[in-house]
Amino acid sequence: MTEPLLSVENLRTYFHTRDGVARAVDGVSLQVNRGETVGLVGESGSGKSVTALSMLRLIRHPGRIEQGSRIVFEGKDLATASEEEMRKIRGNRIAMIFQEPMTALNPVFTVGDQVAEVARIHERASRRAAWRKAVEMLALTGIPSPEARARDYPHQLSGGMRQRVLIAMALMMRPELIIADEPTTALDVTIQAQILELLRDLQQRFGTAILMITHDLGVIAETCSRVIVMYGGEVVEQAPTNVLFAAPHHPYTEGLLRAIPRVGAIRERLAVIPGTVPPPTHWPDGCRFHDRCPYSWERTEHEHPPLYQVGEGHFSRCHLAEEPERRNQPHTPLVARRRVDAA
Amino acid sequence: MRIVPRITAPANAGVVVALGFLSLLLLAAVAAPWLAPHDPLAQPDIVGARLAPPGAAHPFGTDAFSRDVLSRVLYGARISLAVGVLATALSVTLGTAYGLVAGYAGGMLDTVLMRILDGFLAIPRVLLVLVLVSASGSLPLPALILVLGLTGWFHVARLVRAEALVARKLDYVTAARALGASGWRIVSRHILPNVLTPAAVAAVLGFANTIVLEAGLSYLGVGVQPPAPSWGNIMLEGTEQLRTAWWVALFPGIVLFATVVSVNTLAERIRSGPTGAILLR
Amino acid sequence: MSARLALARSAQAVVVIFVVASLAFFLIRLAPGDPFTAALNDPGITEEVRTEWRRSYGLDAPLAEQYVRYLGAVVRGDFGWSFSMQRPVAEALRAAVPRTMLLAGTALLLSFAVGIGVALVQVRHPGSMTDRVLNRTTLLAYSVPEFWLALLLLFVFSLKLGVLPAGGAVDAVMHSRMNWMERVVDTIRHLVLPATTLTIVGAAVVARYQRGALLDVLPSDFIRTARAKGVAEPAIVRRHALRNALLPTITLLGLTIPALLAGSVFVEKIFAWPGMGLLAVNAVASRDYAMVTAVVVVAGTAVALGNLVADLLYAAADPRVRDG
Repeated sequence: MTEPLLSVENLRTYFHTRDGVARAVDGVSLQVNRGETVGLVGESGSGKSVTALSMLRLIRHPGRIEQGSRIVFEGKDLATASEEEMRKIRGNRIAMIFQEPMTALNPVFTVGDQVAEVARIHERASRRAAWRKAVEMLALTGIPSPEARARDYPHQLSGGMRQRVLIAMALMMRPELIIADEPTTALDVTIQAQILELLRDLQQRFGTAILMITHDLGVIAETCSRVIVMYGGEVVEQAPTNVLFAAPHHPYTEGLLRAIPRVGAIRERLAVIPGTVPPPTHWPDGCRFHDRCPYSWERTEHEHPPLYQVGEGHFSRCHLAEEPERRNQPHTPLVARRRVDAA
Repeated sequence: MRIVPRITAPANAGVVVALGFLSLLLLAAVAAPWLAPHDPLAQPDIVGARLAPPGAAHPFGTDAFSRDVLSRVLYGARISLAVGVLATALSVTLGTAYGLVAGYAGGMLDTVLMRILDGFLAIPRVLLVLVLVSASGSLPLPALILVLGLTGWFHVARLVRAEALVARKLDYVTAARALGASGWRIVSRHILPNVLTPAAVAAVLGFANTIVLEAGLSYLGVGVQPPAPSWGNIMLEGTEQLRTAWWVALFPGIVLFATVVSVNTLAERIRSGPTGAILLR
Repeated sequence: MSARLALARSAQAVVVIFVVASLAFFLIRLAPGDPFTAALNDPGITEEVRTEWRRSYGLDAPLAEQYVRYLGAVVRGDFGWSFSMQRPVAEALRAAVPRTMLLAGTALLLSFAVGIGVALVQVRHPGSMTDRVLNRTTLLAYSVPEFWLALLLLFVFSLKLGVLPAGGAVDAVMHSRMNWMERVVDTIRHLVLPATTLTIVGAAVVARYQRGALLDVLPSDFIRTARAKGVAEPAIVRRHALRNALLPTITLLGLTIPALLAGSVFVEKIFAWPGMGLLAVNAVASRDYAMVTAVVVVAGTAVALGNLVADLLYAAADPRVRDG
C-alpha cells in the first residue's frame, strides 16, 4: 500500500466575516493517490471549490485555514508551509485549472508568454527555451498552429482554445497533481467532451493525478475512478465510481442520481431534492442534510453522523448505516412540510 | 457603468469631523455679524495696530490696515460660501439639462453637442474665467457668480450625458417608449432619477472646485474686490508682507483648506470612486 | 493600431481645437467695446487713430468675415497685437510657452512617477495602517488650494530658510555669466518650488486613481491564475496587475493636463515663473484680452493634443483595442 500523493486531514477553512463565521469547509478528509482521477462532487455551497483552493493555500482574507488542518503532500504539510515553499509548489508540483477560461487569462499578455512564464519561474528557463516549451505544450493540448496561436492574445481565442491553453499552462512542469475546478462547466457540450478526452489522454501520458471538481455527475462517470461527495462543508459519501452509481448509500447521493434526467424515462416532474443548502454560518446541529432527507428521524436531527464504513472503500456519513431499516420508511422531507409556514 | 451611491461606513471618524467642520463653518458664516469680534472693515489704528501677530485680542492677527483678520475671515466665509453654492447650483442645472438633452437625444445632436462640450472641456476653467473677466473689467459679485456658474457645468454635463446614454437603453425606458410615453415624460420620470446621483456627486465636487477658484481669482485681484473680504483677497493682501506678517496669508488659507478637505471627504464617501474627483478638478 | 482609428481620433482632436479657437473668437466679441477700449485711457491716442486701427484690424467688417480672417490668422500663428506688452502676442507666447511646458511637463512626469509608486506601496497590504495613512495624506494633498500651498512653500523654503530662490526661472543677474552646467543647475533650483507645488497635488490625484485601478484588477480571475502558477506576490502586483491597471491611468494623463495648466496660472504668478500662465494673469490686469484669449487657444490645443496622445497610447497599450 503506497503512500497517497495527497492526504487532506480534517481540513477546516472558515471565513470570518462581519455576519459571522462561515464554516465553508468543516472537517474534510480525503486522499488522492498517484495517477488516480478522483472526483469531488457537490452543489454550489458544498465547499468543494474552497477545499480545492485551500489545498494550494489560495484562500485570502477573510478566509483562513484553521488550526488542526493538515494537507500532506509528498510528506510535507502544506497547511503550515511557508509562502515561499507554497510558491514553489504552485504550478510546479500541483497545478490548478479554473472554471472560467474567458477570464482566467491576463488580457494584456500573449498566451505564449503566459504559458512560458511557468517555466521561467520554476525552471528559471531562458525566454527562448520557455517559449519553445510553451509552444510544445500548446501543440500537445491539441491547439492547431501552436506557434502562431502562442503569439495571440486571449481575446482572440475561443473558450475551448483558452481552456486548452490553461491546461497546457498546468502541465508545463509535469505536476504530480492537477486540481481541475469545474474545467468544462463554462464550455459548450461538444467542447466539454473534447476537453475531458484531452485531460484523460494527458493523464495517461504523464501519469498525473487529477482531482476533478464538478457538480456534473456525467463528468464524474466519464473520468473518475473514485468519487467523493460533499455537502454542507463535509464529505458525506466516498466510493469507487461504479459502486457509487450502482449502490449509493447516502440519501443526498441518491437524490443527486435520481435528479439526472434520463432520456426515455417517463416522468411527470423532475425529481428534485426539495429545499436548499443551509447557510455556512449556521450549520444545523445534527445531520446537515436531515431536513431535506426522505428518511430522517429524531436521531438525525440532534446527532451529527460520523463517516461510517458501509463497504469496501465505501464510506457514508449517514445514520442509516446503523439503522438501515429506516430506509423502508420514506416520508416527505421536513423542509417540504415546513414550506407552508416558512417566512 | 452606473455610478451607484454607497455611503460606506457612515460612522467613520473622518466623515464625522468633516460634517462637523462644515456645519460649524456654515453656522459661523451665517452668524458672522454676531460672532465676529470686530468690524471687518474698520481700521481702528492704522499706525499702531497694523500687522499685529496673533494674540488674545486678535486670534488671527491684524492686516496692513489694522483690520482684524479673524473677523474678515468670518465675513469672507459668507461671501465664499454663498458664491460657491449659487454658482454650483447654476452649473448643475445647466450641466444636467445639457447632458440630458445630449444623452437622451443621441445621434447627430449628441455628437455635435459633445464636440462643443469637448471644446469647453479642453479649456482650463480658470483661463476661461480670466477671458470673461478681462473682457469686461472687474466684476460685481452677481456677475462673478454668473461667470463661475457658466463655466462650471461642463463636467456635470459629461457625467450626466454618460448616465443618460446608459439609462435610455434600459429595458423600462424602452417599455415606456413602446407604451407611447412622450420624450419629456420619459426624461423626467425615468432618466432624470438615474442621473441625479452622478449630478449630486458632481455638484459636491464642483462646489469645492468653485470656492477654490473664487479664492484664486480673488487672489489674482479679479474676484471679490476689496474692501469686501474674501479668503482669496485677504491672502493677496497678505502676500505683500509674507515674510514678516505671515498670518494674514496663512489663516484664510487654512480655513479654505479645511473646507475643501471636508467637502472632498464627504464626496469620497458617496462612492463614485476616484474618477469623480479627477474629472472635476 | 488601425490607421483608420488613429485618423478618426486625430480628426476629432482637430475639431476640438477648431471649437476652442471659435469659442475664443466669440468670447472676445462678448466684450463691451473692442480691443482698443483699453486704449481709451491713453490721451495720446485720438479717435481718428482708433478708427484707423479698427479698420486695419478688420473690426468694421461683418462678423462672418472677421471670423474667417481670425481663423486664418490663428492657423498661421498670428494672435494679434498685445497692447500691454506692445508686441505681437505670438512673440510673447513663443518665449513663454516653452517655459510653461518645462514646468508642467516636469510636474506631469513627477506626478505620475510618485503617484504610481505610492499606489503600489498602498496596495501591498490594502487596509493596513500604511495604506490608510497614505490614503489620508493623498486626500489632504489633493484638497490643498494650489496657490496657498505655493505661498507656504515659498515662505518656508525661500523666505525663511533661504535655500531656494523666491522667483523667476533663472537668476536674473548671474545666469548669462554661467557656463551651461551652472545654468542647468540654476534653472533646476528655480524649478523646484513651482514644480513641487504642482506635483504634490498631481501625485495625490494619480495615487488615488491608480490605487483604485489596482484594487479593481487584483480580484480578477487572471490574477488568481497567476498565483496558482506560482508567481510571487510582488510580481503579481508589479507585472500582472499593474500592466492592466495602468490602462485607465493613461486616460488620466489626458485629464491631468488641463489641471496642470490651471495650476500653473497661480504657481507662475506666485513664483514669477515667466510662462504663459503669468502672461495671462498680467494681461488680465491690463485688460489685454487678445493675450488672454491667445493663451486660451494655446492651452486648449495642448489639452486636445494631450488627450489625443493619451488615446493613441491607450490603443497601443491595450491589445483588445489595438485590433479594433
